[in-house]
Amino acid sequence: MTGPQRGPGRTGLERYYVLTGGRCAPATKAATLDVATLIVARSAPAPGTQPEHDAILRWSRDPLSVAELGAHLGLPFNILSVLLADLLHTGQVEARDPVAGTGDRGPDLALLEEVLSGLQRL
Amino acid sequence: MDFNGFDQPAFPQRAEALHAGSRSVKVMVAGGFGTGKTTMVGSVSEIVPLTTEETLTQASVGVDDLVGVADKKSTTVSLDFGRISLNEQLVLYLFGTPGQERFWFLWNGLFKGALGAVVLVDTRRLRSSFRAIEEMERLEVPFVIALNVFPDARNHPVDEVREALAVSPHTPIVTCDARDRVSSRDVLIALVRHIKERSVAALESR
Repeated sequence: MTGPQRGPGRTGLERYYVLTGGRCAPATKAATLDVATLIVARSAPAPGTQPEHDAILRWSRDPLSVAELGAHLGLPFNILSVLLADLLHTGQVEARDPVAGTGDRGPDLALLEEVLSGLQRL
Repeated sequence: MDFNGFDQPAFPQRAEALHAGSRSVKVMVAGGFGTGKTTMVGSVSEIVPLTTEETLTQASVGVDDLVGVADKKSTTVSLDFGRISLNEQLVLYLFGTPGQERFWFLWNGLFKGALGAVVLVDTRRLRSSFRAIEEMERLEVPFVIALNVFPDARNHPVDEVREALAVSPHTPIVTCDARDRVSSRDVLIALVRHIKERSVAALESR
């Protein structure tokens, strides 16, 4: 797959401007997106879908982290967040934030056990 | 054109059944420049490590759009990362942090939601990991210190290093060879055990 063409600017920022319609941060929903958030496609790309949206839907047929999507598509995190927010808004993808070992409900010992036994099997 | 099954109407339902339980956890690998962060990520990852980037501009803070930004300097902060499938539904992502800690605060929430962190230390240059340790303490991220044993490093007793780094006696210090998969895995095991012990202690003190 050939990557999208870089714009004439030194930084490629113009290209991102076009991709996102000038937005550099997602409006609301994707604000919590993390590099380790899993993205899963919920539908096939409709004909005429913007190529970057289309590529995201193809890559995330199986759950894939935002970081992996960014690496495969050659898009920085903040730009990808904007595109993902669009897809979240239309329900075409689902996002699942990484599970932390601690939180409001206290430490998740079952999760830690699961991580531990996974590592021990390596 | 074959879209690998994307045109099958059953796709969404199938995906839902398959992926309903998929979850991820995030572990950070921090430490000074040249301490072996990328090496460790690579040795324990099941994929060739990838790089994800965040483009930061001087206008990043408090500005809603990119209008006029093309003239301003931009900085790219890169994260090398790898993945470990812990079981069919749980994936661990391992992120090597940028060497320049001054960029950490620019990447909003880099450590947020992380299970914990490994701080790699080169015993020949202890000083280079001071900042990383301070940051972990400030952010209250559970961490272990891993002394990456470089071939020409003289043997530093752990107690000596603990004193030199001024870390609490509760923070585990382990030695490792970041090039070695099993050794790097054992560092992760030490980290998760530490997090577990901390959690149990926290539960008991409630």
